[in-house]
Amino acid sequence: MKTATPNTLLARGLIILLMVVTLLPFLSMLSAALAPQGTYPNGLQWPEDPQWGNFIRAFEVAKMDQLLLSSVLIVLGVVPISVAIATMAGYGLAKLTSAKYKWVYLVFVFGLTLPFEAVITPLYYEVRALGLLNTRFAIILPLIGLYMPFGVYWMRAHFLNVPQDLTEAAQLDGATRWKEFLLVQVPLARPAIMSLSILLFLWTWNQFLLPVVLVQDPMQRTMAGALGAFQGQWGTDIPLLCAGSLLILAPTILLFLIFQRQFVAALMQGAVKG
Amino acid sequence: MSENTVSAPDVSQTALRRPSSSGRRKARLIAWAFVAPAAIAYAAFVLVPLCMSVYYSFLRWDGIGKARFHGLTNYITVLTDSDLLQIIGNAFQLVIYFSLIPVALGLAVASAIRSHMAGRFGTMTRTVLFLPQVIPLVAAGIAWSWMFASSGLVNQTLKAIGLSDWARGWLGDFVWALPAVGMIGAWVQLGLCTMLLVTGITKIDPSLYEAARLDGARAWHEFRYITLPGLRQEIGVCITVTVIAALASFDIVYISTQGGPGITTTVPGLEIYRLAFAHRQVGLASALAIVLMLLVLISIAPVQWLTRDKK
Repeated sequence: MKTATPNTLLARGLIILLMVVTLLPFLSMLSAALAPQGTYPNGLQWPEDPQWGNFIRAFEVAKMDQLLLSSVLIVLGVVPISVAIATMAGYGLAKLTSAKYKWVYLVFVFGLTLPFEAVITPLYYEVRALGLLNTRFAIILPLIGLYMPFGVYWMRAHFLNVPQDLTEAAQLDGATRWKEFLLVQVPLARPAIMSLSILLFLWTWNQFLLPVVLVQDPMQRTMAGALGAFQGQWGTDIPLLCAGSLLILAPTILLFLIFQRQFVAALMQGAVKG
Repeated sequence: MSENTVSAPDVSQTALRRPSSSGRRKARLIAWAFVAPAAIAYAAFVLVPLCMSVYYSFLRWDGIGKARFHGLTNYITVLTDSDLLQIIGNAFQLVIYFSLIPVALGLAVASAIRSHMAGRFGTMTRTVLFLPQVIPLVAAGIAWSWMFASSGLVNQTLKAIGLSDWARGWLGDFVWALPAVGMIGAWVQLGLCTMLLVTGITKIDPSLYEAARLDGARAWHEFRYITLPGLRQEIGVCITVTVIAALASFDIVYISTQGGPGITTTVPGLEIYRLAFAHRQVGLASALAIVLMLLVLISIAPVQWLTRDKK
């Protein structure tokens, strides 16, 4: 369908318009980030003397290196464990249980639409009782639990589509369940596991409510939580705020541009299934 | 989990089918071993807190001192207090922006293009339109606070096209703050909805459109009787995702307006946070939290029911 009908031209026009609208806020931030320190720049105006040094100053002020480390530690604490136990449970619920136990799955699915705000107050008291307030574990442990509805739902959907005889063939070889799971099922599930990992990475990295409530020190937070604190502190210094925001965004955007195909596929499937 | 805990070579699918009671019990045990870690994490950090939320919602408690049983008073307050009703109303108003604008624009683009976006243009479109989905909502909030600022791009544009009278501090305006916050949400959801609908429309059989054209159908009829029914599922997905995002919004409002001016942009998520941690009204905050959870469920249920595959 390569013919350029009036309709496709209209569509292209619309899409280009949408793309411009999508990009404008980023460009506006970039132009403000390059304005001289202490000035109050205009919305979108390329500065005569771009102050690239603002980025260096923002890097130091925001302690970007520590922030990155903190976010990476939180992601490493959340994503591998969540993906592992969600995969196990998805397999267990899809292949090892009879219809009688469908209610277990339904209890998991119930959590899919649960707003985090519905549990944030008790989580605060729970985390405090565990003595974990203001540590990274205050974000890591609750997130693992909060991701289970989606993770289990996602992996069960995958395992339901695996033909049964594959399982049985492995059985005939005398493989144990666990070995069969690890050596046959998990490698086959790699695309589903990959997408789930990408989604959980994004949601963890961008998580805001939990850090705001459970962790006071921005240096123990996720990137999004730290960005909130950065805005609170530097909200009036527009060039510095914009430079810092762009810096904090840079790692995700970089990853996104590199793994564009995988991210888009994961986000679209994630929406459809969620 | 070590290999030993679950290794049971005699339990297999065949054993399941020739039920010996011990084999069946073993199979069930193995199944539970697979499900248990996820179930424990889910119970500890979702189900237990949720039950606690329900419990707190019947209390009058400042979070420190002694709690007193308060019956349904908190729920009555949530459903009758004019401020809280306005706050809940704000969330539903946000739905208009978060859901309607992206779905309407997405449908317009999809029905105009009605084919795969292949090649470099397609890749570029996908990359750009998905950017707002990848960045934290906090960043969207900061970027748009700057866009809506008095010297920001929105006002700059209005002045450039001779509408200086319209220029204002959008996020501090009693009338315009909520629509402005809504536009931030629309910006975030726009790309995802557009891409889902464009992908969905390519799955509709093109011969349907050809037949309609031969019958002399107008564009509106094509849209009404082919495109809309064909995209039912995708529209359902878009509405579900965006309605949840609107009703449970927190990040964008917290960053861009802090709920102000007054309470014109306060949403339930922000109010729960304030009530529980600033005003120390844990009971009322929990009642609002439970109401919010139920509102999300009630709003999503009909969408799911109307748009699911009718097979």
